[in-house]
Amino acid sequence: MDADQVAIRVRGVSHEFGRPGEPHYVRALQETSLEVVGGELLCLIGPSGCGKSTLLNVMGGLLAPTAGTVEVGALSVRGPMPQEIAYVFQENALFPWSTVVDNIKVGMVFQGVPAREREARARKALQNVSLADFAEHYPGQLSGGMRQRAALARALALDTGILLMDEPFGALDEQTRMILGEDLSALLASERKTIVFVTHSLGEAVFLADRIAVFSARPGTIKATIAIGEPHPRRPAFMTSAKFHRLRDELYSLLHDEMRKTLSAMQGGAGGGEEARP
Amino acid sequence: MSKNSDAAARERLVARAAQGSFLAGLVVLWYLATNAWDVSPLLLPKPQAVMRELGSVLRSGEFVGDLRITLGELGAAFAISATGGLVLGYCVSQSRYWTRVLEPLLSAVYAIPIILFLPLYVLFFGLGPASKIALGATISFFPIALSTVAGFASVEPIYVTAARSMGCSSYQLFRWVLLPAALPVILTGLRMGFTVALLAILGSETISSVAGLGHRIVSLGENMHMARMFAYILFVVAIAVSLNAVVSALELRGRRTY
Repeated sequence: MDADQVAIRVRGVSHEFGRPGEPHYVRALQETSLEVVGGELLCLIGPSGCGKSTLLNVMGGLLAPTAGTVEVGALSVRGPMPQEIAYVFQENALFPWSTVVDNIKVGMVFQGVPAREREARARKALQNVSLADFAEHYPGQLSGGMRQRAALARALALDTGILLMDEPFGALDEQTRMILGEDLSALLASERKTIVFVTHSLGEAVFLADRIAVFSARPGTIKATIAIGEPHPRRPAFMTSAKFHRLRDELYSLLHDEMRKTLSAMQGGAGGGEEARP
Repeated sequence: MSKNSDAAARERLVARAAQGSFLAGLVVLWYLATNAWDVSPLLLPKPQAVMRELGSVLRSGEFVGDLRITLGELGAAFAISATGGLVLGYCVSQSRYWTRVLEPLLSAVYAIPIILFLPLYVLFFGLGPASKIALGATISFFPIALSTVAGFASVEPIYVTAARSMGCSSYQLFRWVLLPAALPVILTGLRMGFTVALLAILGSETISSVAGLGHRIVSLGENMHMARMFAYILFVVAIAVSLNAVVSALELRGRRTY
């Protein structure tokens, strides 16, 4: 894949939940257009409820948008595309009744991988995420960080060009999150994947992304895009560099107004409640 | 870790000993009542006499015919209710509308003591095994159907979403996601269904029937063969306890995976 070839093209996507006038009616996305370049990691960041996960689900074909189109390569997305796109969800999307290695193999069963290839590919994916020794464990016997490694291995074993990650480290503690971020960056340096990564964390976005798309408050649309311009694999030293801080401050000032808008919309203008983390 | 499991093992042992001595105490009380305190053997036969009768029942093999009838009724009733309950439960669980309509209805009927309708069943199906099978099947259908609905309805949506994103067919979704996710709850329902089917069949045999273990016990009582009646009661209790142990072990095995 050429570096500047477009892998995912989002054109004028809007999405509404419910119908106007209904009590749960929500306009989640409005007229959003976006191009994801082949081989890049694009972070989607924005205030709570801005529609970034909705956009991710539309890209993956899990949700049919109210308006607009998504194309992956030359194909228009009309439903899940397991040959092109793999998902990593927030947490607990592993099947608790199967061992880690069986979880990975069942994903390949769904995708249609021939039986004789599954074992070897599952073991290799587990090695890639340093979980080879835990293949026969059940998800309930693993820590949250290890479970997310296993979920990543399940997605990697599907060998798709595109990975969609919906706050994959969102439920983990800060330290585990940093380690997993470093590992993901190392993986990017060795394997070419196109990744769209939804996150709440400014630091995580700057550390991982090649580009960051910043969402406006609901109904969400993309307000700005920031390029990071730092090669993978990224080391912890990047996090203490002046460049990292400059980019994070820039991102924060872009997000700040939108977070305020979201907050006052949620609380009818009153203060307190959920705090915007810098 | 090992200290904890040691303590737990000791606690289990103490509990077992207490349960054992309770049962032994009952037997001692029974022995004293019939041998020292002159309770009439028509109300309560001596334990020695009951053991003698039990030996004679087992040696003669006269129980085989009644046992075969009762177990045959149980097997047929459970096969019908399990098939019907699983199929109907699955179909209902697939539609939110029908779950909302039918689940309260099933729960309400489940709360009715269906054994009260035994006279109707006898009228429709006769005094033979057919009425016992029909009643047992009806009574055990409800816990099985209800737990099947609950089992399939409680599957986490994220599992289905994840499977769909990986391209599963509807058969694969059922085989690899819905069924294993719902299995623990369904197995509990099957065990409950089995237990109530056994109760209903033995109960209805004692009320109106021409054969079966329940019928044998009642007819011995009516003919004042108290020691032999008690021997049969012990025999049925032993059968019921072992059947329940087997079913519980199967349930545990089916859900051991997590």
